[in-house]
Amino acid sequence: MSGTSLQRPSTRWLDGLLIVVIMLAIWQALYAYAGSVALTAPWTTFQFAAELLARPTFWGHVQATLSAFAWSVLIAAIVGILMGLWLGAFRFAGDVADPMLAALYTIPKVTLYPVILLLFGLGPSAKIAFGVIHGMIPVVLFTLGAVRNIRPVLLRTARSMHLSTPQTIRFVLVPAVLPEITSGLRIGFSLCLLGVLIGEMFASQRGLGFLIINGINSHNVKLTTAVTLIIVISAVASNGALLALDRRLHRTA
Amino acid sequence: MRGETSGHAVLRGVTRVYPGANPVHALGPIDLDLATGEFFSVVGPSGCGKSTLLDVLAGLNPPSSGTITFEGNPVAGEVPDGVGVVFQEDASFPWLTVRDNVAFGLRRIGMDGAEIARRVDYAIGFMGLKDFASSYPAQLSGGMRQRVCIARTLVLQPRLILLDEPFGALDQQTRLLMGDELLRLWRETGATILLITHALDEAAMLSDRVGVMSSRPGRFIDLVDTGWTRDRDSRIVSEAAFGVITARLWSSLRTESMKAMGRT
Amino acid sequence: MSRAARIVWTRWATGLSAVLLLELACRTGLVPKLAVLPPSEMITAMIALLQTDEVLGNVAQTFSTVALAFAAAVAAGFTFGTLLHGLPRARRAIDPLLASYYSVPIFVFYPLLVALFGLNILPLVAIGFLAAAPAMLIATLLGLDRVPHVLLRVARMHRLGWGRTAILVILPAALPNLFQGIKLSLAYAFIGVIAGEFILSSGGLGYSIAFAYESFDNRTMYGLMLFVLLSAVLSNALLSSWEGRLQRRRGRA
Repeated sequence: MSGTSLQRPSTRWLDGLLIVVIMLAIWQALYAYAGSVALTAPWTTFQFAAELLARPTFWGHVQATLSAFAWSVLIAAIVGILMGLWLGAFRFAGDVADPMLAALYTIPKVTLYPVILLLFGLGPSAKIAFGVIHGMIPVVLFTLGAVRNIRPVLLRTARSMHLSTPQTIRFVLVPAVLPEITSGLRIGFSLCLLGVLIGEMFASQRGLGFLIINGINSHNVKLTTAVTLIIVISAVASNGALLALDRRLHRTA
Repeated sequence: MRGETSGHAVLRGVTRVYPGANPVHALGPIDLDLATGEFFSVVGPSGCGKSTLLDVLAGLNPPSSGTITFEGNPVAGEVPDGVGVVFQEDASFPWLTVRDNVAFGLRRIGMDGAEIARRVDYAIGFMGLKDFASSYPAQLSGGMRQRVCIARTLVLQPRLILLDEPFGALDQQTRLLMGDELLRLWRETGATILLITHALDEAAMLSDRVGVMSSRPGRFIDLVDTGWTRDRDSRIVSEAAFGVITARLWSSLRTESMKAMGRT
Repeated sequence: MSRAARIVWTRWATGLSAVLLLELACRTGLVPKLAVLPPSEMITAMIALLQTDEVLGNVAQTFSTVALAFAAAVAAGFTFGTLLHGLPRARRAIDPLLASYYSVPIFVFYPLLVALFGLNILPLVAIGFLAAAPAMLIATLLGLDRVPHVLLRVARMHRLGWGRTAILVILPAALPNLFQGIKLSLAYAFIGVIAGEFILSSGGLGYSIAFAYESFDNRTMYGLMLFVLLSAVLSNALLSSWEGRLQRRRGRA
């Protein structure tokens, strides 16, 4: 971990800005090299993206993606945390399941898409399922780890202070597991988005993923580049916010 | 200063200041003459610069001022040939067996295989690790891993051995036994030993001389001659002189320790 | 029976029961036959397919693409990780990027890669590389961070130069983390390539599965799917067992 340092915050901001400038420069250079058949120049993209954000039809697609995404995050989080809590609490079950979950994580889940489509049909429920199968496993694994790693001395301390079970859960256990569960949710969040978008790219008539694949098929490079930009900025921004939360929780751990 | 003008290792006016926005004066000025074959311990409050002293003497860190000589030659930049160091933390290589750990240094200098085997077998036997020669450090206790590190240094046949709180992580009984081992090693090899320890009884029991350091920046505020004979072992704790020495060390150290604690 | 043996037994039992349940569900019509094939038929389909030249050609194509992406990712990830570790300021600047990297659905860059490289194997190798390299880079950084400082001082005591310290001390000390990076890289390269083949329809196993789905050829689809899943799981299991041997000798560092 590079961690904190004696570097003044102002230089850190400057370095960060430098990185952004470098990335834009690379973008511009790629454009110069590959031409407008491959991608659009940065400034043009920003303009078009602004234009898109003003169109109500675009927001229709955004809403389709967001609602599928929100549902998948909700389901992945609730089912994932419950499963993780159970597997973490029951040592034997957890030990049995751990490598199986790790193995499931490495499977290219995209190969299961046709099965999901066959079971759920073409529609938002399939997209939600895609999101869930992508995002749930990290939530389970991190929750499992968090519960398993609760130091027994914390429980002994609670008992020595005569805390009731609800009190122990609320004041000792939950704060103890919260940082790791949050990390798992952060990763699950990103993966749910990934799953929903891929699902839209593969088999959907609405949503941001669909817009991208549609743009490819109709050679609408401006559209694909602009939608990509919007997705990347949203993903990085939301991940940044979750990261800040994650770090704050870990500092108190 | 003692009678000799040149000891086995000599420090003159050595200081160490860590540079930066707020420079930290960690050590010195220090003057020290280590006689050949003597057992010298350093005690002092935490943070006083004991480990810095060892680093500087070993050539691992350059002094900010002053000179260090070992066997008449200046020490600067690298660890001189003939100096061995045993560190505070477990420094055994987890990916090598005990035997390969001990042989590590000898293989690097290209020594002939038969000679390596001879020296390694001797060191392993000397440190009581014969039954564990093919084990990995992870399978051994903390004390045994330290013995591996000592054996690894031993095979190089160093003439000056520096130990930085090598037994700090061990329980008291193990420490006392390891102290006996160290004395045995000292007698067999005839090396000069500098031991850094926070345990006053350990210093009092093992050493010919004990240097008491002040709180940071560390300087020697007392040098105690113990007067023990060379064939001592841990049973001297029952002698009256042991109590006297330990008491003197503590009386020199007590105010310094309180200062250090108030500071931290 | 020892606990470890019981765990393994339970794992196998759970897996096999799941497969048997699925078999029953399919045979009795609980799960519509048009949707999911019984596992026994999946296996026979897979074996039959693996004897055809066409499928073997697909396997060769996909596996070679994955191998290329994997090798490039490990080499680049390790090299840049080592470089970055020695440049703390650059590392601090890039840190936020790395932390958010996997929140970006890299599949959105497919159109760009296709436009840059053409509709051949290169965009797939690129996607596999983009998915896998950062994992190796992050693992390299972590591994180098975790080399205990005292071991470096031991190296100095033995007067090893830079090169020998790196090879004899740093590399072995960082190996557990590096190995984890390699495992993750393989999994991500595999996932990236297969998903890419799905979406880009340019040949290989992913494409064949999508094609079979669209042709309502469930037997082929499930046969290939099973093969992909088994390949992913077995390759990961192989690497994990090597890792386990490594860890057992060194203890859990």
